Amino acid sequence: MAQRKTSPLPGFRLTLGYTLLYLCLIVLLPLAATFLKTATLTWDQFWTTVTAPRVLASYRLTFGTSLLAAMVNLVFGLLVAWVLVRYNFFGKKIVDALVDLPFALPTAVAGIALTAIYAPNGWLGKPLAALGIKAAFTPLGIFIALTFIGLPFVVRTVQPVLEDLDAEVEEAAASLGATRFQTFRYVIIPMLLPSLLTGFSLSFARALGEYGSVVFIAGNQPMKTEITALLIITKLDQYNYAEATAIAVVMLVFSFVMLLTVNLLQWWGSRFQQPH
Amino acid sequence: MSAPHSLIATERLGGHRRPTTEPPWVRRLLIGVALAFLAIFLWVPLAAVFAQAFAKGARAYFDSFNDPVTFAAVKLTLIAAGIAVPLNLVFGVAAAWAISKFNFPGKSLLITLIDLPFSVSPVIAGLIYVLLFGAQGLLGPWLIDHDIRIIFAVPGIVLATTFVTFPFVARELIPLMQAQGRSEEEAALSLGASGWQTFWRVTVPNIKWGLLYGIILCNARAMGEFGAVSVVSGHIRGETNTIPLHIEILYSENVVAAFAVATLLTLLALVTLCLKTWVEWRAAAESQTAEAE
Repeated sequence: MAQRKTSPLPGFRLTLGYTLLYLCLIVLLPLAATFLKTATLTWDQFWTTVTAPRVLASYRLTFGTSLLAAMVNLVFGLLVAWVLVRYNFFGKKIVDALVDLPFALPTAVAGIALTAIYAPNGWLGKPLAALGIKAAFTPLGIFIALTFIGLPFVVRTVQPVLEDLDAEVEEAAASLGATRFQTFRYVIIPMLLPSLLTGFSLSFARALGEYGSVVFIAGNQPMKTEITALLIITKLDQYNYAEATAIAVVMLVFSFVMLLTVNLLQWWGSRFQQPH
Repeated sequence: MSAPHSLIATERLGGHRRPTTEPPWVRRLLIGVALAFLAIFLWVPLAAVFAQAFAKGARAYFDSFNDPVTFAAVKLTLIAAGIAVPLNLVFGVAAAWAISKFNFPGKSLLITLIDLPFSVSPVIAGLIYVLLFGAQGLLGPWLIDHDIRIIFAVPGIVLATTFVTFPFVARELIPLMQAQGRSEEEAALSLGASGWQTFWRVTVPNIKWGLLYGIILCNARAMGEFGAVSVVSGHIRGETNTIPLHIEILYSENVVAAFAVATLLTLLALVTLCLKTWVEWRAAAESQTAEAE
């Protein structure tokens, strides 16, 4: 109550009450129900389910392709952000606006479009096939879809930080005799590090749970090209709710760890940018 | 804004702002590589949607829409977005008001919890409602007794859509309203305005661009959601298929029709990006005029 007196504005109880009620009804209670459902399994049953060979194979595939996609996005996201902030070229504004396409384009549409391109007779699938590389219906296809989905995260977290970077710091480095590459490596990169890592984590977290853009291009063969999200759906289709839930809980725990990581990184980044 | 004035002065005197830049060939190389990457990963898929949709000519393209099941899918998508977006809009404004205008313990935890749906896989977003309302779910037996269908019916689709679009408006408004503080509202109240008048005449004009931005993104996701809706839908033709689910079914039957319907959502995405860019420009232009004054 003492807190409330510091603000003369009305509506505190109403808005906070509604916020908490809506949050509980839509998000927290249904999520809690998931953990309750898992409690119907014994620990042994739970453990056997989430460490079955087919499930382990899906974790390996999901984590491996997500990590690879996030790393590619880290490098190219920085490059795209750099080019958009520092250089001028024809059509830059359109290029900039289109970076958000993976956020705006429904995942199912992205999924069928990527499959059409990378199928053995597709625009890029054909030349790749000539080189003996199969993209669609292999882990490579999953990696391509996850790269598409995660692309805007690094660009959009790095871009504003790069825009706010003080030119004086780079001038100082140059005047002290640093080469351009040294300035980039030892001055710019450390200042961008929190935002780079935040973008990387966001991209990785999104890839871990991604479903729509992947199912079309993945091939979905158990042990080979079956991602964890799809495995949950397969279990559900077989009315195997307990196992679906157990695997979902494992994924949820990883999601929460990623959320915590992102929050810590953002907190670190905000301390980094404190005015001196 | 404690930047020393001397620094700003040197920057202005310095003429061109960045004397430290790369040689032209490096610049051209970097631009080339960045654009090649974007072309392969973004622009080619975008072009592919339209190329595939028109692969058998314009006639086949337009014939694809002459299907009552497609109309039913469009209608269901509009219903789901039409309910989910306003719900999350009201929630977003309420949450942003409580968080930005008042101090209370646990505020940062609340902000994190609001963002939670973004870190949950869409598949799990659908699953949680199946576990709650499905036939084997916690409330399942009670719902069956009362003949209420949520899963494999429209309410489940609306719920799943609401979950995945939950944070959009709130996360746009919270930082914006926190930055604006509450002095303008306090001034309005002290001049005798009521709470509602203050909200509509002072707060809403201040946040209108952020509000619009949040609604646009929320709507795009609501209309395009696939994973979460797929889990709760049951895929009943003409009844519980939204546009993305309808595209999935068409894809295994008639590829041209699948891509033709997909062009609808692609155009929606492009309109979303245009509106988003326009809102960003307007907001930037207004904040510049505000600063100039």
